[in-house]
Amino acid sequence: MLKNYLKIAIVVLRRRKFFTFISLFGISFTLTILIVLTAFIDKVVGDNYPDRKRDRSLYVNRLQEIGTRSGGINSSSGGMSFYFLNHYAGSLKTPAKLAISSNFNSTNTYVNNKKIVINYKYTNADFWDVLDFDFLEGKSFTKQQIDNGERVAVISAEIKKEYFGDEASVVGKYIEADNVQYRVSGVVKNVPITLYMIYSDIYLPYTVSKTDYNNSGYRGNYTGILLAGSKADISKIHQEYEQMVSRLPMESKDFDKIFSHAETFIKNYVSTGDEEKSGVAYAITAIGIFALLVMLLPTLNLVNINVTRIMERSSEIGVRKAFGASSKTLIYQFIVENLILTFLGGLIGVVLSSVILQIINSANLIANLELSLNFTVLFIGLLICLVFGLFSGVYPAWRMSKLNVVNALKMQ
Amino acid sequence: MISLQNIQKVYRTSTIETLALNSINLNIKKGEFLSVMGPSGCGKSTLLNIMGLLDAPSKGDINIDDQKLNNLSDKQLAQFRNKKLGFIFQSYHLINDLKVLDNVMLPLLYRNSSEKERKQSASEALGKVGLSNRVKHFPTQLSGGQKQRVAIARAIVGKPEIILADEPTGNLDSAMGNEVMDILLHLNKSEGTTIVMVTHDEHMAKKTHRLMRLFDGSQVQ
Repeated sequence: MLKNYLKIAIVVLRRRKFFTFISLFGISFTLTILIVLTAFIDKVVGDNYPDRKRDRSLYVNRLQEIGTRSGGINSSSGGMSFYFLNHYAGSLKTPAKLAISSNFNSTNTYVNNKKIVINYKYTNADFWDVLDFDFLEGKSFTKQQIDNGERVAVISAEIKKEYFGDEASVVGKYIEADNVQYRVSGVVKNVPITLYMIYSDIYLPYTVSKTDYNNSGYRGNYTGILLAGSKADISKIHQEYEQMVSRLPMESKDFDKIFSHAETFIKNYVSTGDEEKSGVAYAITAIGIFALLVMLLPTLNLVNINVTRIMERSSEIGVRKAFGASSKTLIYQFIVENLILTFLGGLIGVVLSSVILQIINSANLIANLELSLNFTVLFIGLLICLVFGLFSGVYPAWRMSKLNVVNALKMQ
Repeated sequence: MISLQNIQKVYRTSTIETLALNSINLNIKKGEFLSVMGPSGCGKSTLLNIMGLLDAPSKGDINIDDQKLNNLSDKQLAQFRNKKLGFIFQSYHLINDLKVLDNVMLPLLYRNSSEKERKQSASEALGKVGLSNRVKHFPTQLSGGQKQRVAIARAIVGKPEIILADEPTGNLDSAMGNEVMDILLHLNKSEGTTIVMVTHDEHMAKKTHRLMRLFDGSQVQ
């Protein structure tokens, strides 16, 4: 039976070449957008380099101070100071380690009269223990070097190539950033910019920072990752952090509330800063609405084309019914035919996605982000195809199955 | 074999009600070849559609082989049509996208039979109508007479006990019409298939066992 459906599906597709083209174009274009989106989400959420201990890490990237006493609303929010993280978050009992790093800043440097934009970030020593960077050569700087305020740097593979060209080894050589020379202690595999708490071109000891890292204010441009000894400690650390924040003395009389949370990777990543609503719910709703909008038009288009296509085949429907096909059998046949069409479109969509991902990767539109079509992405693509095929096939098939045999035969 | 009792068919729209069949009582014996005649619009095709369970009567009972068929579900009706009935239409209603052999195999798709069995039965049916050499052709490559012979092969491939033919020679010239008629007569005689044929052709009707005439939805003979 399936073979027969396949045969007739191919014949019908070949007969109405223009309709087939429009259908396939709609399906493959939609799937391409969704597959690229899936690949992006999969890369951001699924690829855990270099925070491979993500399942026992809590991320702190924001502190908000709010004051309502003066009638209006005073608010200050953003990153934290090194002092806050080191002094308060660092005093929690349960975390095994605390990685502290600044947000990345950009500076220009020149090599052979060529301008290079370098992003740099300051880190503490635990940063290199909490995160599992792949060192292509050399090693991270040590606590001793940090304490001594040595001008050392860990650089990314990309900046190595850009700054030093094809030199095999650059450990011990000097790189200039922000008019300061740093000695390279190690080279690490690139981190995509989407991991903004970790990404940088150059990592430097926080002690060489030009700003005062001992400033005792709460706010600054640092973020932290609290590493638990085991997964079981995660909720304990979360509570400890909440309690610590609730006990914080107010920095100024302008403020009467302080918010800051230690969250899991996903919650932290999609955090909107809204204390009332979860960022995860926002993210899922936003992605859902986007996917729905992207799929809605081609689905309606395909439904319309399918209705026309099926009504053109009313005589065939009449004949099949007369010779023993039940309505259910015919619905099944047309859904199978539609699924064949959508999977064909899906196949083109996968090829198109692969080309587009190649283009995105080679153009380096998003720094260091290597998008790929892995098993998860393909599986989700397959699922989207199935949903797409069913949604666009069920209504036309149902309408067709309701056709009266006599009328169907007359409609030829 | 086929028994129609007090069959009435009314077509209703919001403004008008048309009586297509009025109190039809008819008994057809097994192996009988009945022809139905009457002017256009008198209800011949409607009667055939009701006999073939393609349309439901507004009133009255249909029995085939002593089985009352009025209240069967969509699935039961489909199964009954598949096993007991074969249809031949004036305009053939072949599926142009499928080859002749696939067209003939179609009724067997809805039975539990293997592809090999389906092909064998379809080839035999095509042999009976003299089209063994056209299995790989598409309907558009055939003449009208050949198309109707393919339609006959499709109607007989499942070995139904009853064939309902709606003006099977209506679109054919007299030579081709006679050819098709000969096949139907042979089928009736050699295999005992019960045939009900709607026709406008008095000459063809005379070749059958019995003639029924309709006028304005009522049986007049």
